[in-house]
Parts: sequence; C-alpha cells; structure tokens
Amino acid sequence: MTLAPETLDLEVQLRLPDTWFTVCGLRALTPGRGVAALLPDGRQVAVFRDRAGRLYGIDNRDPFGGAAVLSRGLTGTHEGRPFVASPLLKQRFDLETGRCLDDPSASVTAYRMRTRAV
Amino acid sequence: MSTTALRERPRPTLVLVGHGMVGQRFLEALAARGLTGTHRVVVLCEEPRPAYDRVHLTSYFSGTTPAQLSLADEQFLAEHGIELHLGDPAETVDRTARTVTARSGLTVRYDALVLATGSYPFVPPVPGKDAEGCFVYRTIEDLLAIEAYAKHRAKTGAVVGGGLLGLEAAGALKGLGLATHVVEFAPRLMPVQVDEGGGAALLRTIEDMGLTVHTGTGTQEVVTGADGAVTGMRLSDGTELGTDLVVFSAGVRPRDQLARDCGLAVGERGGITVDAQCRTVTDPRVFAVGECAQAVDGRVYGLVAPGYEQAETVAATLAREESAFTGADLSTKLKLLGVDVASFGDAHGATEGCLDVVYADSRAGLYKKLVIGRDGTLLGGVLVGDAEAYGTLRALTGSVPPLAPEHLVLPAGAGAPGQLGPSALPDDAVICSCHNVTKGTIRGAVTAHRCATVPEVKKCTKAGTGCGSCFKVLGQLVNEELAANGVEVDTGLCGCFARTREELYEIVLALRITSYQQLLDAYGREGARGTDGCETCKPAVGSILASLAPAIGADGHVLDGEQAALQDTNDHFLANLQKNGSYSVVPRVPGGEITPEKLIAIGEVARDFGLYTKITGGQRIDLFGARVEQLPLIWTRLVDAGFESGHAYGKSLRTVKSCVGQTWCRYGVQDSVRMAIDLELRYRGLRSPHKLKAAVSGCARECAEARSKDFGVIATAGGWNLYVAGNGGATPRHADLLAQDLSDAELIRLIDRFLMFYLRTADRLERTSVWLERIPGGLEHVRDVVVADSLGICAELESLMATHVDHYRDEWAEALDDPEKLARFVSFVNAPDTPDPVVGFVPERDQIKPDLPLLSLGLRPAAGPRKTLVDALERSPRR
Repeated sequence: MTLAPETLDLEVQLRLPDTWFTVCGLRALTPGRGVAALLPDGRQVAVFRDRAGRLYGIDNRDPFGGAAVLSRGLTGTHEGRPFVASPLLKQRFDLETGRCLDDPSASVTAYRMRTRAV
Repeated sequence: MSTTALRERPRPTLVLVGHGMVGQRFLEALAARGLTGTHRVVVLCEEPRPAYDRVHLTSYFSGTTPAQLSLADEQFLAEHGIELHLGDPAETVDRTARTVTARSGLTVRYDALVLATGSYPFVPPVPGKDAEGCFVYRTIEDLLAIEAYAKHRAKTGAVVGGGLLGLEAAGALKGLGLATHVVEFAPRLMPVQVDEGGGAALLRTIEDMGLTVHTGTGTQEVVTGADGAVTGMRLSDGTELGTDLVVFSAGVRPRDQLARDCGLAVGERGGITVDAQCRTVTDPRVFAVGECAQAVDGRVYGLVAPGYEQAETVAATLAREESAFTGADLSTKLKLLGVDVASFGDAHGATEGCLDVVYADSRAGLYKKLVIGRDGTLLGGVLVGDAEAYGTLRALTGSVPPLAPEHLVLPAGAGAPGQLGPSALPDDAVICSCHNVTKGTIRGAVTAHRCATVPEVKKCTKAGTGCGSCFKVLGQLVNEELAANGVEVDTGLCGCFARTREELYEIVLALRITSYQQLLDAYGREGARGTDGCETCKPAVGSILASLAPAIGADGHVLDGEQAALQDTNDHFLANLQKNGSYSVVPRVPGGEITPEKLIAIGEVARDFGLYTKITGGQRIDLFGARVEQLPLIWTRLVDAGFESGHAYGKSLRTVKSCVGQTWCRYGVQDSVRMAIDLELRYRGLRSPHKLKAAVSGCARECAEARSKDFGVIATAGGWNLYVAGNGGATPRHADLLAQDLSDAELIRLIDRFLMFYLRTADRLERTSVWLERIPGGLEHVRDVVVADSLGICAELESLMATHVDHYRDEWAEALDDPEKLARFVSFVNAPDTPDPVVGFVPERDQIKPDLPLLSLGLRPAAGPRKTLVDALERSPRR
C-alpha cells in the first residue's frame, strides 16, 4: 500500500552514537526553514527540510560568532550541495557534511537524519 | 658538499633603516626578486608599529583603524625571514666597520645599507611652539594624541600651514568637533600645487564649510596660560587668535641626521645626496630612498610614488639589474575636506611661451586650468572642485590631445561636444602612477590574462592599489576592454537568476506569479531550476512578492506558507537579531511623537523583561536582549498599551523623523509632526529593495535632517518641498529637490509615485541614492517619470500604492493570533520552555549586555559540551 508520507504522522529522528533520538514531528518543519532542538547532552542541533523533503541536521552554533542561530538561516543549493547561510555574517555551511563553503578551516558537526512513523 | 660551502660562508646582510611606506615597498621589491632568500634582511624601525599607509592617515578619523592602515602583515615578514625590530631606531653608523647600532644596543654588520628614514615635520621656531597642546601631524601616534587632547581639552583648533597636509589636519580637527582655523603664510591655500585661481576656488569652498582661513600671515607666537597649555596664537598681521590646540603642518624636512653623523654628503637644503641608482655619492655600500634622499635631479621628493620608484631602483640594482631613478612627475589628485583637488605636469605654466585655458565658476567652487604649449601639447594643469578628468588628462600630458583644450575643461552640458574617455588614450599612457601601470598593461590583463572584473585587474597589475585616484579611469577601461572582447557582464540577480531584480518585478507583476518556487522553476537559470535557490534571491523575491501581494492576489502575511521560508531571519522573527542570538524590539512611534503614558509603558516593558534600552537616531526606543520565546510576550504587552512593534529591521520603511514644527517652534511654518505621522502610517510595511528612511522638517532650518533621507520633506511658507535620494551613513548624499511648494495631497501623490517607481526599477539592496545616480538620466529622468508622467505609468504607480495602504496589517498582532505562527517562537522545538543557554547577559552601566565569553565557550574544542551547558546555566544571571 502506498500512502503519501504527509498523510502519516512521521517523526524526525537524529543519529546519536548509540541511539536514534526523536527531535520533533515532521509537520514542525517548513520546507526551506530550520528549527533548533536540544540534544540529551546539552548540545543544540539545527534541523532542516528542503523542498524535495530531504532532512538535514547540523550543530546549531555558528562557529564564527558563537551564537546558536544556524537554524534561523536561509537555505539554498550551491553547485548541487544543500547549504544554510548563517544569519550572523552569512557564511554558508554544507548541510550534509557541516563544512563551511566560504572558509575551509571551519566546520560544524553533521548528523544522520531519518523519519519514522509514530 | 655545496651545503657545507653555503654554511661556511654566511649570507650577505642587508640593513634597512626605517620601515615606512617606501621601506616596506623596498622589502617587497627585494622579495619579488628573490633577494630575501639569498640575503639576511634586518629592519630597524623607530615607530612602535610596522609600516602603514601614511597617505591615508586622515582616514583614521573617519573610522579606519590603525590595523586597516597597516601595509605589512606578519605573514609576509615571516615568509621572507625578515628581521623587523620595532621601536628600535638606528642611532649610529660606522662606515669603516660597516655596522649599524640601534638604540637598544643591537649592532648589525651590513654588506649593503639602505636609509629610508623619511622626513620630520618642520616646526617654525616661534616662542611657545613646545607648549602643551601643540602637535605635529605625521604618525598614527600623533593622531591618537590630537584626538585625546581635542576630546577633553579643546573647543578651538588652529593649523599652521595651508598646504596639502595642513588642510587634511584641518579637516580632521573639524571632524573632531573643533572650531577650526587655518593659518597660511603664502597668499593662497596649497601654494605648491595650485595657482591663484585654484586657490581662490578652494578658499571659497573651504570657508563655506565653516573653517576660518587666514592667508598671507605667519605665526609669531603661541600664547600659553598659567598652566603652560596653549590658549592662543599671535599672527604677524597683528591678529590675536584664541585657540586651545595648535597643529604644525608647515612642511617637512628630510631626516638626514644619521647620514650627516657618519659623514655622508647631504644637499644644501638637506637630503642625502644619491646618484641615479639611489646610491649615496659618498659610499657605494649605502643607499637612500624616499623623503630623506636628494635625487640625482637635485630634488627631494615628498610623494609616495617617486619613493616607490626609488625603492624598486635600489632592489633592482642590488639584484644587478639595470635601473635608474632620474626624476618623477609631481602630479597629485586628492580629496581635501571633500573637495577634489588635482594638479599635474607644469601646473604653474613655467614653460616658456605656454598658454592657459581656464574655466572658472566660483559659485560652484569650480576651477580648471590647462597649460598648453605653443604646438598644442598639453603640458599640465590644475583642477579644483571637479577632478573627474584627472586620470585622462594626466595620461595625455606631453601629447597633443585629440580634442580642443577648451572641450577638456568645460563641464558636461555646457557646450562640450563630447567627454574624453579613456578610449582616447594611447597604450603607453600611464594610468596608475603609483605603480607605473600603462593602459596597455591593463588591456593586456583583460585580454591575455582573462581578468573579468576590476578587482581581478587590480590584483594582476597592481593598478589602483596605491593612492586610488585612478580607480575611476581603471573601471572605465576594464569595462571598455571587456565590451571590446565581447564579454557580457552578467547583470543577473544571483547564481539562480540571470535576470535583474527589475525584470523579476515586472514578471511577477505581469504574470501574477505568487510563489518563489514557481518563479525559480520557470525563470531561473537552467541549473538552478528545481533547486532550493540561495540566500540572495530568496529574500529579494520574498520582498517583491510581499510588496505586490495584494495586487497579484498573494496572501499578504510575510510568514504565510512558502513566504516564511524566504524571509531573512529578522523578517522571520519580526525583530532584529543581535550578535548573541537575542533580538531587539523597536516599538513604532510614528513621527517620533509619544504620550507620557506610552513612554511609561515602554519603560515598564523594558524593566519587566530586563531589556537594555537605548534611544535610536530615528527617534525611537530600542529594547535589546529579548529571547526568541519572549518576543510574543513583549508584543502582547505593547499591543495592549496601544503600540505595534516596528519594522526597524526590514528592507522597508524604517522611520519618519520630524522636528516639532509650527505648533510649538517659533520658526516653524507647517505642522511637520502631523505630516510625519501621516507619511509613516501610509508607507509602513512597504517592502522595498533596501531600507527606506524619511523625515519632515517644519522650516528651512532643517532640524529633522530631511535631506539625508531617502525622501525628505521641508516646509515652506507655500507648502512642502520634496527632496529625494539622500543618504547618511558611510557615503552621505544630500537629497535632491524633486518638486517645490506642494500641497499635502500633491506631496503624498508624488511620494507614492516616487517610491513605487523606485521599488520597481532598483536593484536588490540598492538605496535610493545609488539608484538615482545609476539609472540613465538620473534626477531629470525620475522627475520626468513621476512629475510629468512621461512613461504614462503614474496611474498604475498610484494604484499599487493605494492597494498597499488598504491592505496594511499589523504583522505582530496577527502572529499573536495565529497558534501555528506563534509556535515558531521557541528556542527549541523539543523543549519549548527551555531558554537558549548561550543567550546570557552581564551587567554594564546599570543595564545588561551580551555575555560574550559565553558565546566563545562552546567553540573551544577542549570544553566538553555538557560542562559548557552547566557553565552557561550557572553564569546566566537572568531568570
């Protein structure tokens, strides 16, 4: 049976070293926009969904300015790579690898993401 | 084996005395020739900081930091193994032993010695010259001392010397808020560079700026008070001048004492005597460059370009290349106190039998003179007030120009048949005289080296990286050459759209496209269709959709549906993001008018939420330090008190400022407050290519500073004058008069049309001031379109604005009423009640400020994440 994913209640999960951690319901994610979530160890993660429905998770702290705001940046595609631009000083981070596209010496942690039916 | 041989024979040592602009250039020239690899290079520098850009010293007072002025980065010095000793000047040279000894006692034996000791300011030997409050204007340290003294101890300042540096110093004093006098011994300002006519034009403009100029008079005495500090000056014409601060800027003298002490020959009026290789005539192992040297033509050059050439000559000579410095052109172009001044070639008409062509308009502060030889050769000239043509004219000097000389000085529109562009120049014309780059080299950079932009050409040729006066000609040349090579300049909005913002606006309006994705997939570049776009076009298209929303049938709220994903973070959270992730809120106070009750309400909100509070320049109160989850609570309180929050963050109307106007002011002729409130309520929420600022003044005294705004209104006895396209900030521009003596209704109709025409045709992030100067026809064209309706679009412009006004909504109140939107205002989607621990504050001056150490905490890999959070929570004093 094929159901459009939107008709199911789906949860967004993030891979931690030993477990999958549930972040929020898929409905909480606006395509092209991020949300911030708190991990059990106190770290913050920025979770995004793109227009094709793919999910991404990276550390929420902007390594240049220090504020936890990457979830509030604008997303886009650069040479085929999905990215978010920090709302502080606009540096772009690859959503799959966490690498900064504008400064190769900077990067943030990237997480594996998936959806699960409730 | 060869390694051993190298070790046994030490590398020859080069000692450079002085690390100024010319010294640094010498080091770069050594490095470029590989001499830093084969030589030990030791630099002795008196100043506490490495070489910096002395030419642009005065820019310190307009915000350039000493670090930005620096010319020598540590990496360059380290990479080339250069030993730089700061704050350790050379004190003696022993030419027999070939050693230099510095103040610290450091003694270095040299194989070659280069003196680049520069010059010192000449202080006339008048009584009181060393009193407290007397300064010179030469180093960053001098500027810091002047600034500190001016701040606390001076209201009036006087500059001795009305030359180039003296006027720079005067500009700096005026910028520091001092009433400023300039005392010049010669009968005119800048006597070396400009002639009498140029001096007169300069004088008028500078006096109009509020400076007091005394020419043809000398300083006899600096008068001091009981505490020994300066209180005034006595001039040779008998004038007594009250002043708290004196800056001597009466010329410079070569610093040749070190050379004199070790027996090197110096010129009659100072300057170490050198030959064409810049080698001292006394000792073949010693060279001198820059302002301390008297060149082979008998002159001491006080400009940086000849100094650079000398530095190159010595480096080349040391590398056993053929090179000579036999003299240089003294052309200069500068902006003094905002006035363009240029002189080039034989500016004073010293050539026998030469003729002058002069254009003067003292009302406009313009003076242009060309010196022409009998055979029509351009020999030189002076330009004051408008030096646009400098780059072209200087390059043409020495040849017969392709246009009659009068056409080269007449302003555009005054009968000049055609302006002479850089295309008229021969390939060997020097465009950048600082780096001696010819037109041919620049063309080669575009054709052979494939440079496609001005920055690339600058990097490739070094042109335009010195004093910057050739920048305009450089830009024209690069564009001409690109066009000649058939290279199309990409005017597209970004990597996703090949169309301009204006074209996208027309597409959205004509086809009633209401979605970004639809626009991208249909009108984006091929490779961008179907992608997620980028951070440049999303907010730009979001703004177009928002400003046209009611007209194209889109949903209006900026956070509705797909629109939410297009907004910059400020628009997304309807508040201003600050550096630590908190937000500021600026309640709308239309026109700056507020009741005591409302003022108290703002105070109560600030107090209850512990917000840092500051008055803005736009007559508002800014409340800082709100966490994202506090924003709806703050707005609720503001809405209850009769406010709405304001668009202090958006690319939209910010504020309409006003003076108190006719109601209270003895001078006011119209009710400026009422008009400001009407205008603010009419145009609030209008999404535009960039922010919009406005003001209304109640009389010609202009207390609301309306002419520094995108649209400014000034009351007249007969109504209102409308000014447009002004700007403050980094590139100030006075607004231009668009129409006069308008009634209320006429004023509003014209502003409606003007704003909508701007919204429609401007580029992304293009303020009205830049837009007006960019669009073909400029002000006249805009006046034709919005006043005379030359394009027949005014009815449409007015109707678009009417739709905007009718559909205005309070975006904050609506967000409060919509649970789905409200749900976004949390720090964490999975812990809505937990505040962001990185947002913390510490006290300062009885208020809060961001806890910056908290921001850097988690960035150190050593600190474990859990510890960071605990730390953060413990450190945060608030709630």
